Amino acid sequence: MSTVKIELKPHQVEQIKQICKEFNNDPGELINVLHKVQNTFGYLPAEIQELVASELNIPVAKVYGVVTFYSFFTMLPKGQYPISVCMGTACYVRGAEKVVEEIKKALNIKIGETTPDGKFSLSCLRCVGACGLAPVVMIGEKTFGRVAPESVKEILQEFL
Amino acid sequence: MSTINITIDNKTLQVDKGTTILKAAQKAGIHIPTLCYMHLEDLNIEHKPAGCRICVVEVAGRRNLAPACATECTEGMVVNTHSLRVLNARKTVMELILSDHPTDCLICPKSGNCDLQSMAHQLGIRKIHYQGEQSTYREDTSPSIIRDMDKCIMCRRCETMCNEFQTVGVLSAVNRGFMAVVAPAFEQNLDHSPCTYCGQCVAVCPTGALTEVDHTNQLIRTLADPAKTVIVQTAPAVRAALGEEFGLPAGTLVTGKLVAALRRLGFHYVFDTDWAADLTIMEEGTELLDRLTRYLNGDKSVTLPILTSCCPAWVKFFEHQFPDLIDIPSSARSPQQMFGSVAKTYFAQMLGIDRKNLVVVSIMPCLAKKYECTRPEFAVDGNPDVDFSISTRELANLIKQSNIDFLSLPDEDFDNPMGESTGAGVIFGTTGGVIEAAVRTAYELYTKKPLPRIDFHELRGLDGIRQATIDFDGLKLNIGIAHGLGNARKLLEDIRAGKSNFHAIEIMACPGGCIGGGGQPLHHGNSTIIKARHKAIYLEDSNKPIRKSHENPYIQKVYQEFLGKPMSEKAHHLLHTIYFDRSKKSFVVTQE
Repeated sequence: MSTVKIELKPHQVEQIKQICKEFNNDPGELINVLHKVQNTFGYLPAEIQELVASELNIPVAKVYGVVTFYSFFTMLPKGQYPISVCMGTACYVRGAEKVVEEIKKALNIKIGETTPDGKFSLSCLRCVGACGLAPVVMIGEKTFGRVAPESVKEILQEFL
Repeated sequence: MSTINITIDNKTLQVDKGTTILKAAQKAGIHIPTLCYMHLEDLNIEHKPAGCRICVVEVAGRRNLAPACATECTEGMVVNTHSLRVLNARKTVMELILSDHPTDCLICPKSGNCDLQSMAHQLGIRKIHYQGEQSTYREDTSPSIIRDMDKCIMCRRCETMCNEFQTVGVLSAVNRGFMAVVAPAFEQNLDHSPCTYCGQCVAVCPTGALTEVDHTNQLIRTLADPAKTVIVQTAPAVRAALGEEFGLPAGTLVTGKLVAALRRLGFHYVFDTDWAADLTIMEEGTELLDRLTRYLNGDKSVTLPILTSCCPAWVKFFEHQFPDLIDIPSSARSPQQMFGSVAKTYFAQMLGIDRKNLVVVSIMPCLAKKYECTRPEFAVDGNPDVDFSISTRELANLIKQSNIDFLSLPDEDFDNPMGESTGAGVIFGTTGGVIEAAVRTAYELYTKKPLPRIDFHELRGLDGIRQATIDFDGLKLNIGIAHGLGNARKLLEDIRAGKSNFHAIEIMACPGGCIGGGGQPLHHGNSTIIKARHKAIYLEDSNKPIRKSHENPYIQKVYQEFLGKPMSEKAHHLLHTIYFDRSKKSFVVTQE
């Protein structure tokens, strides 16, 4: 998994230690800890994983194993407007894949990546429960239904 | 404990509650095939992830097939281990595993010694019906270990050794599904991780996914170079295991044949690391007594316990994990490195040749020794004290390649001046041996009296952590012993917490000590092999006419002619070392 190199500030280190403490530094709570840390920081770069590992007294390889297993966790910062394309069955058969391809082309990023200006990030998810609107794309807080590949550029324009 | 009645393949038997179907079947003489499962009984390591599904059996009344390794027997259970359904399922599982495995057995380093290959053969696989994409991963080469994850079948035995047994925590399953792989954190290469190169992952890997860096060809080229004088040293544990590669029962000592084979391979001098082990005892034993005496005299600058420092995996372990304790281990170099530095000074002078034209090769039961030779502090102007190290397995292959009929070789003796050793040098090869050797010498140096007995049975055994108190003529010396880095960690945590009352501790990284090293003939999960080697080492010791390091005439000679006395300035320069804090967490992003 690709990542970015960061330097944690003292108050951030404190914050992460505090979160670990809330879960009694219990290795069994690793997933909950990572959830909360990602909610606070937006993503889980290597430095944060190393800190969590040492706080919970487990090898950092284990932490990385969990981070890479669950698609919810990310080692890259999300963009200002995270794009999620539904790849559930209904969306998929109605052309979600073509929509993803179009977004990738328009932004010049792969799934899981963020544009260099930090504006957009792209991820896929499974079923948002709006199959009647398939294919569905979420950008930031907004939801777009029946998205055609041709309309992708127009939709993205709204956020520029 | 209550017992239950079960029937396996029409055999009825009673087993203790909690027994798995696999163990019950073994009791009935039925060997259900396994692949990911591993049980090193004498070392208390059991790995049963039920991941590969090769061991599935049919249980009457149960809808799906049950993995025998992880399913406990229940009262009245009726099991069939080879019904049509089972045999078909087993073959399907095997074919699916093989469908994502390179079929390059002919040129694979593990060929002929591979659990996956043997299992495919045993199950009679003749065709792989499932063709499709194969997962690929970049190859990772370190000074000791090669990771070729294309060959990984995700049995995760390596993870158990690295995490549960060694507590090194380098290897973990990462990513998901088809992309899943066993890797260090952030998928860095091993040499950017806290890997100790103990090689226990290699020792248990059922395929060619984890193998040693092979120096055989480098050795063949070196031996063919007329400009070089090539000398060899062999570690104690090698003689207790090499015979296995030639069909001899585990625990057969082959010291004389080993020497003869090395001579036939073309080495100019065949020496013994055991000689250097005796030298290590002189230095380490003297250091122990020095620290002990100062400590007892109230010198506050001295800390105890003193820890042995012969094992390079253990050294790297504490450099990464216990950097706050790096002043506690003995500063004595390992026997391999002491041999190298003395060979390239004392012996090179004796021959009248430049050190660059003297090549020192070591035969080791160990993969970390390959890394140890590359440590920059063990080189002079870029010329390493030990040029390279080959494992017991590599040596066996080389002997076969060179058409030497090992079993019919005569027994020959090591050359001098670096080949004569004592029983104390021999027992370096097993857990408890280094400290027993140290006690034999330190006792006589400290009390100035002859030892009342030479065998210290209280220091022997295969329990992971052992302790004993040895009476040094009124001074009670508390000794701790650990093998396996997980056990070592417990002793170190006690030291860190100020709860340790040991004066000296011996640590070896591998199960059983060097006899169970990562470079030894593969045990394939049979830990009785390690026990047999353990016995052989003590047998070799008791057969030796001299059994105390300080009585070795060639050790006395090297001090007279060259080193002066133990811990002299020259000895410090050539035989001692320093350790480095490697705990800094700096990861390197490796791109695919």
